[in-house]
Amino acid sequence: MTQFLAQLPVLPIIIPLIAAPLTMLLPARALKGRIPYLFATLVSWIAFAASAAILHSVATAGPISYHMGDFAPPIGIEYRIDLANALVLTLVSGVAALAFPFSYASIRAEIDDHQLSMFYAMALIAMVGLLGVVITGDAFNVFVFVEISSLSTYALVALGARRDRRALTASFNYLVMGTIGATFFVIGLGLLYQATGTLNMADLKIQLAGRDNPMVEAGFAFILVGMGLKAAMFPMHLWMPNAYAHAPSAVAVFLAATSTKVAVYVIIRFTYTVIGADFDFAGAAFEYLIAPLAVMGMFFASIVAIFQDNLKRMLAYSSVGQIGYMLLGISFGTEQGLAASLVHLFNHGLMKGALFMAAAAVAFRVGSETCDGFRGLARRMPWTAAAFIIAALSLVGVPGTIGFISKWQLLSAAFDSGRAWAGFLIVASSLLSVIYMGRVVELMTLAPAPAAGAAVREAPLSMLVPMAILVAANIYFGLSTELTVDLAERAATSLMGAAR
Amino acid sequence: MDLLAFAIERYNYWIFITLMMMGLFIVIGRGNLIKKMIGLNVFQTSVFIYYISIGKIAGGTAPIYLPEDLKARMAHGGGPAPLPGKDAIGAGAIRVDESLHGGAGFAGNDLQSLAGKAAPPEGAALHSAPEGAANDILAAPPLTIEDHAGAAGAAADLAKAAAEIVYSNPLPHVLILTAIVVGIATTAVGLALIVRIREAYGTIEEDELEAADDIAEFGYVPSKRGLPEQRAGA
Repeated sequence: MTQFLAQLPVLPIIIPLIAAPLTMLLPARALKGRIPYLFATLVSWIAFAASAAILHSVATAGPISYHMGDFAPPIGIEYRIDLANALVLTLVSGVAALAFPFSYASIRAEIDDHQLSMFYAMALIAMVGLLGVVITGDAFNVFVFVEISSLSTYALVALGARRDRRALTASFNYLVMGTIGATFFVIGLGLLYQATGTLNMADLKIQLAGRDNPMVEAGFAFILVGMGLKAAMFPMHLWMPNAYAHAPSAVAVFLAATSTKVAVYVIIRFTYTVIGADFDFAGAAFEYLIAPLAVMGMFFASIVAIFQDNLKRMLAYSSVGQIGYMLLGISFGTEQGLAASLVHLFNHGLMKGALFMAAAAVAFRVGSETCDGFRGLARRMPWTAAAFIIAALSLVGVPGTIGFISKWQLLSAAFDSGRAWAGFLIVASSLLSVIYMGRVVELMTLAPAPAAGAAVREAPLSMLVPMAILVAANIYFGLSTELTVDLAERAATSLMGAAR
Repeated sequence: MDLLAFAIERYNYWIFITLMMMGLFIVIGRGNLIKKMIGLNVFQTSVFIYYISIGKIAGGTAPIYLPEDLKARMAHGGGPAPLPGKDAIGAGAIRVDESLHGGAGFAGNDLQSLAGKAAPPEGAALHSAPEGAANDILAAPPLTIEDHAGAAGAAADLAKAAAEIVYSNPLPHVLILTAIVVGIATTAVGLALIVRIREAYGTIEEDELEAADDIAEFGYVPSKRGLPEQRAGA
């Protein structure tokens, strides 16, 4: 048993990685495609259980360092898990563990049956890639896992082509932008490697100490831009709304809740663990470049979201704005700001997941992805409507939901670090989110249902149960902040502590 | 003049930057999707070249390769003779420059196979490397193997010759092999997508794709960049 536990850190990666090709071999047509679906769901649950065990172990016994193949760290690949990764790891695998069971009805309606095995194999690989990015302590490994998840994501997005051919062009644009981003990241790694001769993150930190030269600065800039592209940071977000709007609904659920958050995590990791806060350059980059861009993103994306007719595209634009909150929190350069960012990263994954699930349920039953499809929904699909309304309130930041917790943390971090302007801007942009979410909620509750669509029924249980769990998480973590806020604060302390 | 020499000495970076900019320009400037993919490939290849050039040391060889004359001397010297002791190899037989990070293990292994010994050396010298340009290794005085008592002279000579071989750093090359595989996969997915786009739209020109989407969504082309006949139709 202890032997088994010693291998725990690698389990969330290795099990889905081996399971993915096996999934591909499972029969897609037998039993209405339930075999690959159930197998992939089981695998995602195992990955979640392993991640939760890792989080528990890290929270009680401190960071874990796992040596791949028993080669010692500076040369061998190290999986290093502290509270920051463990938190993101749990988010990604937790959302996956809900998105996989959720996907069945929706995905069967949206792609051809013979593609089901392939679909679940690719979805597992996308999950492995994201988990790997989060778990690894080796800088080049991050690139490899980013590309593993991106490549399968391009294919997953393109699967939306049966409903709408624009999925193909969206996926192609995503591929071009994503590849440019990943290649920028590799250039940055090359510069850091040339300066230090190592790729292990902890070792990079040691080697880089006190070497604030242009090469390191250029390397950091490349990494920031590359990961900013992957995170859909404001001026580099154009690939995202189309990719999320045209991807199959279940894919959008998983991606919206996880993929951009993982890129934000990588930015945090490289800023604090690799470069370190004692680099004036990193601090200046956040103060004078990232913070203004984050604020612009918060407003620009929210205003664009107000005018979107396609609901998934509106939610994607809202995500761009929410990424702005996270980057703004990091840019404060204080422990509190970093903790607020981590909390918001976790919470936003939960609320966007729930919102996209509701959108997927509506797309499945009503067959429409425009806001018109939500007309009178409260009477036709009451549970889905309730889930959407609670998640929308959470996004706006109403007390009692997780949105309130993260906004509160962000606001207090802003005021405590003497950035009152940031606090006011956060509140102002939250008001914009009231407009774009309120518009849909109004259609759902007050507008009469179109007479033609009388046959619309409530979503099937396989969709409602994961949605209900995610919405319950939205409320639970809004009332009990023990898990999220406390862990995020401890994670921020250790990140900042390591940076000094 | 110093500045010029500085710039010319770093010609590999100029190649990298030029290729990178060309690639990015093709990706952004061309409307044809195939050309975009080619631009993306040029862009990625520039990064491969950058990585390969930072691992390369002038005059350095691959960590698995022995020059011909050394092989001949080995054969002449009556086959593999035991080396003095493995500590000699581990301790300092191979100079480790910082750009040779990770190379000690490989080089050490090579020496061992040369001497017919099986025990793996420890990469003890890693990280002890001084700061400095990769090419300094050529200028540095050759290091000798400590001659333990009782060692055969021929074997010591052989080991000395082997120790003077300068190896290029294999790690960036290995890294970039991974990146090349990723690049090929990306190209394959991209080209497959282009095939599907061609099937769905009948064109792979970005302007025409946008116009087709606009017509499908709004019934006309809002931007003036659409096709002439479609503009006329709208």
